[in-house]
Amino acid sequence: MNVQNHMSVTFLNKSSNESFARVVVAAFAAQLDPTIEELADIKTAVSEAVTNAIIHGYDKKEGNITIACTIINGCIEVCVSDQGRGIEDVALAIQPLYTSQPEMERSGMGFTVMETFMNKLEIQSEKNKGTTVRMVKQIRSR
Amino acid sequence: MEVTFKKEGRILIITMVGELDHHAANVIRDKIDREITKTSAKNLIFDLKQLTFMDSSGIGVMLGRYKLIQKLDGKACLVHLSPQVSRIVNLSGMHKIIPAYNNLHQALEKM
Repeated sequence: MNVQNHMSVTFLNKSSNESFARVVVAAFAAQLDPTIEELADIKTAVSEAVTNAIIHGYDKKEGNITIACTIINGCIEVCVSDQGRGIEDVALAIQPLYTSQPEMERSGMGFTVMETFMNKLEIQSEKNKGTTVRMVKQIRSR
Repeated sequence: MEVTFKKEGRILIITMVGELDHHAANVIRDKIDREITKTSAKNLIFDLKQLTFMDSSGIGVMLGRYKLIQKLDGKACLVHLSPQVSRIVNLSGMHKIIPAYNNLHQALEKM
């Protein structure tokens, strides 16, 4: 395994940072020369992960969200972490259409989108310690 | 993110411009609901031609508005889906409830 590049960025859990998070990861991924579709997949998956951290991570309190990106062997790995309340039942949370807040008109599709648009998805979560979503996307060499 | 409205009879054409994420969804939702009430619209057409990005928050917004007008026997549809938006719509299964058309002319005919 050969790490070719790495970056991380930390920001407050404000919803106005969702577009910032997408843009910063897309700009970093650009060095792999992805197709427009691959880039759209990454942006969408990042948006879902960051939105989850903002909505669920800190229970309306202020907190930090960190995105760490690593480029290894033509893949981009994106880790989105918070130090919030954690997910009690990860298996339930990743079910398509499951939402813990139906009154908020959430579609419950966040993890399904991440899983579909990226090649790998792993969720590590511990109650009151936080959640890390790790996603990997293979960029096809052209 | 911006939203503009045009009324054709009892059809409200909702044109969304920019990026529809969770942040934008909160503002857009209220604007659309106010316009539906103000214009007494029955049917909705979401024109997504100028939507440059959408995540699953957009699904929540459109399904929510669909549920509102459904109570009044209204219908909803989508037009001008980009490949990225199409993938999210199909993945969510929303296309089975809210049909998508290639252009506005087609959508108006089906309403």
